[in-house]
Amino acid sequence: MELLSGADMIARFLQDEGVEYIYGYPGGAALHIYDALFRQDKVKHILVRHEQAATHAADGYARASGKPGCVLVTSGPGATNAVTGIATAYMDSIPMVVLCGQVMSHLIGDDAFQETDIVGVTRPIVKHSFSIRHPSEIPEVLKKAFYLAATGRPGPVVVDIPKDMTAPTERYEYVYPKKVKMRSYNPVTRGHTGQIKKAVDMMLKAKRPVFYTGGGVVLDKASEGLTDLVKQLGFPITTTLMGIGSYPQSDRQCLGWLGMHGSYESNMAMHHADLIIAIGARFDDRVTNNTSKFCPTAKIVHVDVDPSSISKTVRADVPIVGPASSVINEMISLVQGREVAHPEALTDWWQKIDDWRAEREGKLYEPSSPGEALKPQEVIEALCRVTRGEAYVTTDVGQHQMFAAQYYKFDKPNRLITSGGLGTMGFGFPAAMGIKQNFPDDDVVCVTGEGSFQMMMQELSTCKQYGVGVKIVNLNNASLGMVRQWQDLNYKSRHAHSYMESLPDFHMLIEAYGFTAITVTTLEELEPALERAFADKHELVFLDVKVDPFEHVYPMQVPLGAMRDMLLSKTERT
Amino acid sequence: MRHIISILMENEPGALSRVVGLFSQRNFNIETLNVAPTEDPSLSRLTVTTVGDDRVIEQITKHLNKLIDVVKLVDLTEGNHIERELMLVKVKALGAARDEVKRTVDIFRAQVVDVTPSLYTVQITGDAAKLDAFLQAMAPVGILEVARTGVSGIARGDKVLSL
Ligand SMILES: Cc1ncc(C[n+]2csc(CCOP(=O)(O)OP(=O)(O)O)c2C)c(N)n1
Ligand SMILES: [Mg+2]
Repeated sequence: MELLSGADMIARFLQDEGVEYIYGYPGGAALHIYDALFRQDKVKHILVRHEQAATHAADGYARASGKPGCVLVTSGPGATNAVTGIATAYMDSIPMVVLCGQVMSHLIGDDAFQETDIVGVTRPIVKHSFSIRHPSEIPEVLKKAFYLAATGRPGPVVVDIPKDMTAPTERYEYVYPKKVKMRSYNPVTRGHTGQIKKAVDMMLKAKRPVFYTGGGVVLDKASEGLTDLVKQLGFPITTTLMGIGSYPQSDRQCLGWLGMHGSYESNMAMHHADLIIAIGARFDDRVTNNTSKFCPTAKIVHVDVDPSSISKTVRADVPIVGPASSVINEMISLVQGREVAHPEALTDWWQKIDDWRAEREGKLYEPSSPGEALKPQEVIEALCRVTRGEAYVTTDVGQHQMFAAQYYKFDKPNRLITSGGLGTMGFGFPAAMGIKQNFPDDDVVCVTGEGSFQMMMQELSTCKQYGVGVKIVNLNNASLGMVRQWQDLNYKSRHAHSYMESLPDFHMLIEAYGFTAITVTTLEELEPALERAFADKHELVFLDVKVDPFEHVYPMQVPLGAMRDMLLSKTERT
Repeated sequence: MRHIISILMENEPGALSRVVGLFSQRNFNIETLNVAPTEDPSLSRLTVTTVGDDRVIEQITKHLNKLIDVVKLVDLTEGNHIERELMLVKVKALGAARDEVKRTVDIFRAQVVDVTPSLYTVQITGDAAKLDAFLQAMAPVGILEVARTGVSGIARGDKVLSL
């Protein structure tokens, strides 16, 4: 029997749980835990420069690896700084465990120094939270936290740890709990077979089917199964922003992604479909546009591990509660050896889709002419070429995010790492940092904008400390481009506070941290600069790419319209 | 439509605030709420009455079920059920009204549980409609204070909400 203090139990538990990196920032209430981490060397603590970055780094790691990210912050301001990152993870169902120091138990409620009711503050943005009430419960509570974070519909879990729970003088028995059971938590492990049969029958009889799949497929590691199923049926597939890469985008059956800035053919196919097979997607408002005009002729099969996602915004005709992977596998075995009922209708359907594709071919954007400002789209296409479509691409939020998602072609899941649900500016750089540390031999690039980058740029210092060789591609349009686009479209180009009048000299800024910066202004400079940036996997390089500030992201769905109602350029609409 | 949802949940600190928070966070409505431990001290039973169409009620029950602390729940209004609420009311009882109040109390099968020279404290149980009717009957006499527990309920017959 081993007697450990609460703080040592935490360090030991993290080792036993196989946590390699924990992202955090110290402070009074967490100091016993920091001391315990200091006295071991298995769990590596990464000192960020702002607690929000700790959550994004852990989140990025979780998205890329599929394993829960782990964060440690102190009470009060440490914990409140982490809130944006917790909300970001919550909205995209990312597994994360956040350990928060708290003031001593006997001080709770007294407005003690650095006391915040962080369990209360985070209640609507966590999957669950715990407060430690006795040091001896630490191993079990932590096990539950990791279990809850990673199973069912994943999400962040907060563990509030009053300082006296980690006191070095009080020791209790430590046993690593290999398993936990919670009577009130039993995530489904498979879908209802009858419902799955019904769905497959509808799929085989469909004339204009389309798969619409989301982050749930990525989270449940169901991409291979999905690819098999879609190939067997020969149906078109569109994914959500969060589902990008769960089906290879270079394959002919993939129509790209859908929704507000989705591809023309995706949105058209959805609107005209007679059957939508939604898997691990949640009919979010950025996807559906106006739900009352959504896909008027379609029946809807909806597979989701979270029953509350089903029929939340759009009524499902065949609801299936279950994890994507097991439902998909069951569908595959039911489809095997059977033929679609209307092959000629499917051929017509594909003809229609190919026509939609052809309509927009070569018209997606106007490339820059010599001497003109670079187009952001060109930059992403070049980035994709130089990295052979294989990099981990994180983004911040804005036009650059949409361009990255539109023009980088992803053939693998977990490669586009972006804040879809919350749309958090500042996410991209720390997320890239978290990924690069865990995948040191891969290319990790953050596509950002000068607005977003400035929200978390203090992490340059962290990258310096730990030698993190991420690449940063700053699509510098000298404005809050996405805001400006909306102002162009809805406010007669009154650019209220979307213009940044005092941008730093990014070149000097990056050099101040001892890193390499390259400024790119012309097309000729672009590819060589990218080649240079990616030449050494372990070097942080920042590309400050000056791009056309007047560019808009298209297609763009028309507010309150149907899926098919889109602006296609500054002058065309459907 | 009005629904009565009964929930068995872990008797843990914070559990109640998660349930209540869910209602405000998701813009659901709470008409009444009552909560107490059960015969198993590790479980609390919470009963909430809410109003909404089928789609909203479906969302409410799904989201409640999703809360980690919620062990089981039932929408009592889906079947035959017994619904009760307890109310304590202080009413003016002066002069001629004193007898009148007592008569009304008897008609409603309520009880006077405390007396002063100027008022009666009345205890009454029943469904919400009966309690409303009693308050209406007492209004002309003068209601001084009302304490209602909110609805509690249980299914009729063999159906049992337990682990
Ligand atoms: C934290 C945060 N604040 C505000 C917003 C609203 N917002 C969305 S996009 C955007 C502009 C982003 O500018 P930039 O990073 O330069 O990207 P660009 O659109 O120019 O490519 C803003 C302010 C947000 N998404 N996140
Ligand atoms: Mg910008």
